[in-house]
Amino acid sequence: MSHRHGTIRFRVNGESRAIDVAPMKRLLDVLREDLHLTGTKEGCGEGECGSCSVRMNGELVNSCLVPVLQAEGADIQTVEGLCEGGALHPLQQAFLDCGGAQCGICTPGMLMAATQLLSINPHPGMAEIREGLAGNLCRCTGFKRIFDSVIAAAANDQPSTPQAAHAR
Amino acid sequence: MRGNPGAHELIAPGSLAAVLELLASAPGEWTPIAGGTELMVAHAAGRLAPAKLVSLWGIPELRFINSTGESIAIGAGTTFRDLRAHTGIAAHLPLVAKASSWIGSIANQGRATVGGNLVNGSPAADSSPALLVYDAEIELVSVRGSRRIPYADFHTGYKSNAMTADELLFAAHIPLRFAVHRQYLRKVGTRRAMAISKVALAATALFEAGVVKEIRLAAASLAAFPARLYRTEAALLGRPIDAETIDSAREAMSAEAKPIDDIRSTAEYRRRVGCNLLEEFLRELLAEGSDR
Repeated sequence: MSHRHGTIRFRVNGESRAIDVAPMKRLLDVLREDLHLTGTKEGCGEGECGSCSVRMNGELVNSCLVPVLQAEGADIQTVEGLCEGGALHPLQQAFLDCGGAQCGICTPGMLMAATQLLSINPHPGMAEIREGLAGNLCRCTGFKRIFDSVIAAAANDQPSTPQAAHAR
Repeated sequence: MRGNPGAHELIAPGSLAAVLELLASAPGEWTPIAGGTELMVAHAAGRLAPAKLVSLWGIPELRFINSTGESIAIGAGTTFRDLRAHTGIAAHLPLVAKASSWIGSIANQGRATVGGNLVNGSPAADSSPALLVYDAEIELVSVRGSRRIPYADFHTGYKSNAMTADELLFAAHIPLRFAVHRQYLRKVGTRRAMAISKVALAATALFEAGVVKEIRLAAASLAAFPARLYRTEAALLGRPIDAETIDSAREAMSAEAKPIDDIRSTAEYRRRVGCNLLEEFLRELLAEGSDR
């Protein structure tokens, strides 16, 4: 492969993808432009705002700071991968119920950061929620409704349900 | 102005040996990139200068935390999330754990590496003050072999360091002998997450029989690079902690600090708050002694 172009292979939302692309292209742009997964948003483009958050091999990352070559062989989850069988993910439903989204630019990143948090800590306290979402900025709805949404999703996640077991 | 990905080569040799061979084959031509939390920001802004980059991400030989009992070695590719999750770091190097917890956000901590933080050499680098007051050593590797230097001698100027063009930062070695010292680290920034330091101060000290037996002080954003405050330390060594000592230590630090005005703060604010942090630490020492 040329060092300025080559085939990169990874999995996105469980599906294997291979794309011919410049290795320095940002994962964010590959998701949006090459794979047409436009749920992931660009805010600041410099890792400050969290709008472009996705999960890579189970870690939260700012996709604007990942050169796509470093995603080679990785398992990527974007906001499009949250819903199952056409049903909203409990976090998405909670954001809807609690008014946790307004203009929607930060929402996909908030959902991915919250997913990451709940994957590690299914019943976080407020301090843990604040820390888990500290890298994600919202400039319209305010943070309280977003935090409430995460609390609501965690409260609905009863430890005895199969869904809770899956989340762990 | 957005960077053009086609303007940069990026390769991932996948092993330490292959990266070192590459660096040796064309010294200065290839720029290592680890988690990208610094260089990709420059890339997005269209100001990433290096045309050729070599990826260190995912090289297993660089990502480790090993304890010998006398010291802990942290591989350059270790992320701040790795450090936060490590019980040995939390137990034995609390200042490193603390600094790791306030670097960027969760998403940055999972990508940013210790080696990247040190080689980037920002005057505000979050991990540096802690490593300085723990007397860390830096291990550099190349095809020629490896060498260790005190971390206090690593930075040689603004964003310049003691590495040669064919070398890679391999690990930081941190002695565990500071467990008995009183330890301090505080960062002052605009907010808790995502903020670059206006000023930060780290300290380790032994306070025995009413006098300062040993003391190490290091600051971020008080000079062109993270550095020990040797003259301020000298003003404290062997002295009791009283109003007079605190005043003279503040004076020494005021004179030794060389902060600048920039978008995050002013030189005057940095100098004064730096002195306030020192006084806070000294008053803690006085109140609690060396017992931790």
